[in-house]
Amino acid sequence: MSFSSFAEFLAMGRHGLYVWSSFGITLVVLALNVALPLLARRRYLQEEARRMRREEMQ
Amino acid sequence: MTMSWTWLHKLGSPKWFYEISGRWLSWLAWAAALLIGIGIAWGLAFAPADYQQGNSFRIIYIHVPAAFLAQSIYVMLAVAGVVGLVWKMKLADVALQQAAPIGAWMCFVALLTGAIWGKPTWGAWWVWDARLTSMLILLFLYFGIIALGQAIGNRDSAAKACAVLAIVGVVNIPIIKYSVEWWNTLHQTATFKLTEKPAMPVEMWLPLLVLVIGFYCFFAVVLLLRMRLEVLKRESRSAWARTEVAALVERRS
Repeated sequence: MSFSSFAEFLAMGRHGLYVWSSFGITLVVLALNVALPLLARRRYLQEEARRMRREEMQ
Repeated sequence: MTMSWTWLHKLGSPKWFYEISGRWLSWLAWAAALLIGIGIAWGLAFAPADYQQGNSFRIIYIHVPAAFLAQSIYVMLAVAGVVGLVWKMKLADVALQQAAPIGAWMCFVALLTGAIWGKPTWGAWWVWDARLTSMLILLFLYFGIIALGQAIGNRDSAAKACAVLAIVGVVNIPIIKYSVEWWNTLHQTATFKLTEKPAMPVEMWLPLLVLVIGFYCFFAVVLLLRMRLEVLKRESRSAWARTEVAALVERRS
């Protein structure tokens, strides 16, 4: 451990704001990159399910 | 000679790609989650602070992997462009189109974390330094490829145009790499070199290495997720894709 207390870890010397905002934004971007294709896939499968139901009715 | 290319055509078969990537996906996802989790905890809490920069140096643990990816993904786009143009492989265009947004996001992360690091370290969010400027050009190249792919309605023409832009734009990659040596830049020179030992102590660069590998695994996961959906859409007329979609719909309901 390079910090002696949790408060010190949060403070990151005088650079807490810089370090935590960098890591925070990066994690949000990574999460978005996973979520967007998964949501797109769900949307596509919903559309296809609707189309299949329509075709069955005809 | 003709025999030796069969693997390439097999690799280019959408059905084969869909099956094999399905098997790789969960392994890659686990590797990415573990490596990034371990790397971030290690870099944030356990690596020693830099004697000059203090704790702001920890930003490199995401800045460097993102910058590596932004450049590697662009090279991949150019390679996919060549493969698509020369061997007319459709899957190469799928890879090119689906990797470009990920590359743009990584380029954005590299630029943004660089700016946030620059403020406490250089005293400025941004300078028109050769490295920073060439990275900004890389972001615009990504935007250009994404816009071109969406603007051209005909898929074959769009694929060709994007491939050409990706190949032409690859000249920017050596400019980014050598910018810190050719020009007198504020940006420091490379952290990792293949020919030399890193100037950092091992407890500083090991978490960085873990994160670089983790980010590459992450890219592979997101690329496969995106490509698999695109392949299903493009192949929606073929029997195997219909069967697969029907099975997936069945599983969801």
